[in-house]
Amino acid sequence: MTALVIRGGQLIDPAAGVDALKDILLKDGRVAEIAAPGKLKQANGAEVLDATGLTVAPGLIDMHVHLREPGQGYKETIASGTAAAAAGGFTAVAAMPNTVPVNDSPEITRWMLAPERGAAIRVFPIAAATRGSKGEAINDFAALKSAGAVAVTDDGHPILKDNIMRETLAAAARVGLSVIQHAEDTRLTQGASMNLGPMSFKLGLRGMPPEAESGMVERDIRLVTELRDARVHLHVAHTSTAAALAAVRQARRSGLRVTCEVAPHHFLLTEEHVGFYNTHYKMNPPLRSAADRDAMIEAILDGVVDAIATDHAPHAVHEKEVEFENAPNGVTGLETALGLCLRWLHREWKMPLGRVLSLLSPQPAALLNLKGRGTLTVGSFADVVVFDPKAEWIYRAREAKSKSRNTPFDGWTMQGKVRWTISEGRIAYQSDNA
Amino acid sequence: MISHAAPTRRPIHPPQVDASLFPYHPGSLLSASDLSLDGVSQILIRATALENQDPLVRDRILAKRRVALLFYESSTRTRTSFELAAKGLGADTTLVSSLSSSIEKGESLKDTGLTLRALGAEAIILRHNSSGAPWLLEAATRLPVLNAGDGMHEHPTQALLDLRTILAHLRPGVDTVTAETLAGVTVTIVGDILHSRVARSNMLLLPRMGARVLLCGPKELLPELAAKAGPGIAIERDFDAALRQSQAVMMLRIQAERLAGLQLDLEQYKAAFQLTGPRLAAHAPTALVLHPGPIIRGLEITAGVADGPQSVILEQVKNGVAIRMAVVERALTATGTGGRA
Repeated sequence: MTALVIRGGQLIDPAAGVDALKDILLKDGRVAEIAAPGKLKQANGAEVLDATGLTVAPGLIDMHVHLREPGQGYKETIASGTAAAAAGGFTAVAAMPNTVPVNDSPEITRWMLAPERGAAIRVFPIAAATRGSKGEAINDFAALKSAGAVAVTDDGHPILKDNIMRETLAAAARVGLSVIQHAEDTRLTQGASMNLGPMSFKLGLRGMPPEAESGMVERDIRLVTELRDARVHLHVAHTSTAAALAAVRQARRSGLRVTCEVAPHHFLLTEEHVGFYNTHYKMNPPLRSAADRDAMIEAILDGVVDAIATDHAPHAVHEKEVEFENAPNGVTGLETALGLCLRWLHREWKMPLGRVLSLLSPQPAALLNLKGRGTLTVGSFADVVVFDPKAEWIYRAREAKSKSRNTPFDGWTMQGKVRWTISEGRIAYQSDNA
Repeated sequence: MISHAAPTRRPIHPPQVDASLFPYHPGSLLSASDLSLDGVSQILIRATALENQDPLVRDRILAKRRVALLFYESSTRTRTSFELAAKGLGADTTLVSSLSSSIEKGESLKDTGLTLRALGAEAIILRHNSSGAPWLLEAATRLPVLNAGDGMHEHPTQALLDLRTILAHLRPGVDTVTAETLAGVTVTIVGDILHSRVARSNMLLLPRMGARVLLCGPKELLPELAAKAGPGIAIERDFDAALRQSQAVMMLRIQAERLAGLQLDLEQYKAAFQLTGPRLAAHAPTALVLHPGPIIRGLEITAGVADGPQSVILEQVKNGVAIRMAVVERALTATGTGGRA
């Protein structure tokens, strides 16, 4: 494998506490050497990427994406989804199991990981917690883990039964896997297509009460408490309500291993955006009230939120061009996450760049226990993103690498342009002007 | 790991909702809130003028223009009056209903709209069982779209014809409305508010002319958050108390087709919310009684009240034709803002 030198960039590696001008040598898929500019010892013959004026950081990690394979390649494939991820600066994504069929077996997990899928970056499958994600029979977590699964979830079909969820948490803990819960009491959300509130009443749409999320988070935290096992790790997916965040905050104070993620659309948009029935604002959990959205921002700024995850959920154009209540849930997010986080969290709300990057790389790496990722020290994987932190650009959905176009952020101004994304030493993406 | 800073409490100014692109077409009427007061006045004035015009002259206004009626739900009043209105102005109309068209074969609303446009439709009048469907149709076709009722959302021409009916009795001769025209008037809307597009359009329209809208019904059919849908709206669950404050009372049918499993004790409902002769005589002996139809006699209203002297139910139907003539004319002739809000 050829060696690569990234020369003259500002290395920001929050996990290692580094924020300095460095040259980096990547070799055989790993970081081989890091030195002050011009001081690399083993760089002879390596291809050089000039990163002068650019930021060099550990490749971004999205712990919540839907790559749609197997079964729904018309929405996205592992190849197209990971190409979108690479364009967004991601070097690893964790793929949700709500595929067709559901990824509830080592065979499907291995199929997703096969080289024939053409992944541009690393894919880490998250396996279904129960057979067919039906919430009844728990899968063989040890077998799934050895096939490559990094966590378990019934994402989209939350585990309602207390005894099944309790056993899932316990069984996952025994093999060292996290349990990710899409917190929604689906008994309270039948037929609903947006947040319940004055806006849903005005629009004549059935609403999902915030309690459908927070009640499930509270139930899960109670189960974690009762299990009294320090290995148990509950991760709350795409948190969207102030009440759910409050429950997570409280659980953390009690010393429980309860973590959470927030998606960019939940810290930027509100139910008001649904006003014209544009299905690009329809997702689950739905856009919530302004108070909930403000609570997401506060919790990100004050450190309660562990990761930014996109919940990248591609759908074909014809599926979204229908009546609001008939449209599928979900929006794409891989190509806009960094640009939105830098534009809003960093520039607008003054979150230090290192902390923003931490939410996008080392913290999700730690949550999924991805060894050697989320940091750039000698010996770690050569997963790198190089971007211009000052560059502003307009995101155009029609130019997306994803197969799908269902984004609420078409035409939005982004900050931070990815120049190179390097996955285990290979250039997985480079911008046209590189 | 970088340590987390102390909680920050700095002002947050998140991105705002973009200014509306809708309606795209100045002739569209998607929501009662699309119209400015000036736009409402223009429709009221044109309704009266068209109603009084010689039918043989009126016939030339939209001669041979093409209007499509696209109906995904059954309808008697709305469909017939839109059709009579368009024909009364000389337009050719064509009706497409979900039960006798390719919609049954799975054709989407977008494709149905594009097909009608290709066939020469210059405006589409849409009734649909999904809230917001007219927005989708307008975005897909860019034709003027008239919302003839969308799911549980809105029915703006019904609110306009209700306004015309109320004005005729409480403000005779007035057809130019202002923010004070209905000051001091309380209109009570009773019954299945949750599922009613008529209620929503009236709630959005009438308070803008100074009316107070009281909503009355059981919790299952009238959630508390309905009062937050806009200004000038309040909830009064005691029907008799609401009647005592009302100059007009609008009765609604229970929409069995949208109850989605909700169980109601009809005897209890009637005891609390049925408009009976004695109740009307005791608490609102001069109030107008309105009903958008269809009426279920003996449920929300007794036959005696429906046929009684305070009832203006058939006037509403008649006003529907006049209002819809004005709205169809506007759809095919509007320029500039078309009186948009």
